[in-house]
Amino acid sequence: MVDQKVYLKGLELRNPVITASGTFGFGEEFTDFMDLSRIGCIVVKGTTIRHREGNPYPRMAETASGMLNAVGLQNKGVKYFAENIYPRIKDFDTNVLVNVSGSTIEDYVDTAEIIQQLDQIPAIELNISCPNVKQGGMTFGTTTKGASQVVEAVRKVYKKHLMVKLTPNVTDITEIARAVEAAGADSVSLINTLLGMAINAEKRRPVLSTVTGGLSGACVKPIALRMVWQTANAVKIPVIGLGGISSAEDAIEFLLAGASAIQVGTANFIDPAITPKIAAGIVDYCERHGFKSVRELTGALIIDGDGTDCRR
Amino acid sequence: MQKAASFILDLELTEKLSLNSQYVLMKFRGVEQFPPIKPGQFAQIRIDGSPTTYLRRPFSINFVDTELNELWILVQIVGDGTKALSKAQVGTQINMILPLGNGFSMPLSNERVLLIGGGVGVAPLLMLGKVLHDQEIPVTFLLGARSASDLLELDLFAEYGMVFTTTEDGSKGEKGYVTQHSLLNTDVFRKIYTCGPKPMMQAVSNYAKHHGIDCEVSLENTMACGIGVCLCCVENTREGHVCVCKDGPVFNTNVLRW
Repeated sequence: MVDQKVYLKGLELRNPVITASGTFGFGEEFTDFMDLSRIGCIVVKGTTIRHREGNPYPRMAETASGMLNAVGLQNKGVKYFAENIYPRIKDFDTNVLVNVSGSTIEDYVDTAEIIQQLDQIPAIELNISCPNVKQGGMTFGTTTKGASQVVEAVRKVYKKHLMVKLTPNVTDITEIARAVEAAGADSVSLINTLLGMAINAEKRRPVLSTVTGGLSGACVKPIALRMVWQTANAVKIPVIGLGGISSAEDAIEFLLAGASAIQVGTANFIDPAITPKIAAGIVDYCERHGFKSVRELTGALIIDGDGTDCRR
Repeated sequence: MQKAASFILDLELTEKLSLNSQYVLMKFRGVEQFPPIKPGQFAQIRIDGSPTTYLRRPFSINFVDTELNELWILVQIVGDGTKALSKAQVGTQINMILPLGNGFSMPLSNERVLLIGGGVGVAPLLMLGKVLHDQEIPVTFLLGARSASDLLELDLFAEYGMVFTTTEDGSKGEKGYVTQHSLLNTDVFRKIYTCGPKPMMQAVSNYAKHHGIDCEVSLENTMACGIGVCLCCVENTREGHVCVCKDGPVFNTNVLRW
């Protein structure tokens, strides 16, 4: 029997498979297709202090092995979540995390405080990396100062597990990771989407209403994997890896690179039953390779030689 | 309202009929009986063998033959994904999520209804016509296309109601657009259902509004997930941004900002 449990500073997951925010709704949309008790955790759609209509249509452009989105944090606000959605999902047989976003530090703090009152939400994922909003979002996550300020402010009021979701749209993601660690984050999740663009040449116009959007899907995996490996070598807090994970093999690669758990995002659209399959595939790998616990996979990458060629 | 369950199914492609160079009718058979499917609902089909097709593709369900346990999809070949799907060999298993979306609502009375379709937009109207016909509601179809060869499944539509046609080149039926057909000046309908190109549906919606006729349209905004979680396919309605995949694809025009 492989021990599948994962411990992320006060947060115990039955296995390392988490669904990424914005790709899994509130979990309810997936119960036709899979058993939520087979995965470690779900992260529900990004929540803000007030209702947001999001960006105008079109919000999506398919790309080679991926997609761009420009949803812009459409949600009904944290009060609506607490009063209407939370009662429906709080008894799911898995951990339910809320992704929290905002335009100002006060927004983040106020939203986190409301979520803290919800007994069955053991953690939040602080989104300082949304590329699709004009204020806040990624603007906090692209400087060490901005990232520290928002994490410090939320840390003061939020006592449960604080996961911080990082953007890859920076020169050095490890600097940001170290800054949020110093500011009190319990874990970091990475990567959010990469800023990209699509053009319809026939119409001579951008495909997305916002011109640019966030790239996700299989195409971003090598970049995500590299950033997870770099970050895991730079911080002591657990790293949650995501970015294009579409199979158990992909997930295992992120664990070997140093992730303690992984999130599955865009792949949920293609196979809504993918996450339990990934969890089962990780166990199968552990059995084949003689790992007694999935925790042993974290950082178990073997680099022959000193690896200097790729580090510099 | 409790939403009916959706399923991920592998269905066997049993028959492929090339209707013309652009359209293919694909028939699939399930191992088990299909779940209840309403007219206007759709399937998200996974397309293998096309590297540029990453996401599933939504297709209206054209018809469900409950006796043969057969499901029909009408495919217009427009890009890499539909081209790859149209080339699938008979006997292949095709992965689908279905049924998705809300479907058309049934009329409140047994008075005449008009079903207006344009191009491949006729697809969901065949099943809708059958269901209405089975409920003894008098059905009239008004189907438009560029040219006679693009008018699809006319003989099948004729089984469930009167069929009128328009073509842009005048090669069959009245020349022009569906909204220019003389039927609209002579006959009275209690309800209109429409599916086709957006400008056509908007013109139909305007006609219905002008004449005080209840009207439902089936939208086809670009989708990613098809199950209401990615929030990409939104339509800006009087209730704000709603997902076409989950809250639609069928909308009463009185909620749209058209």
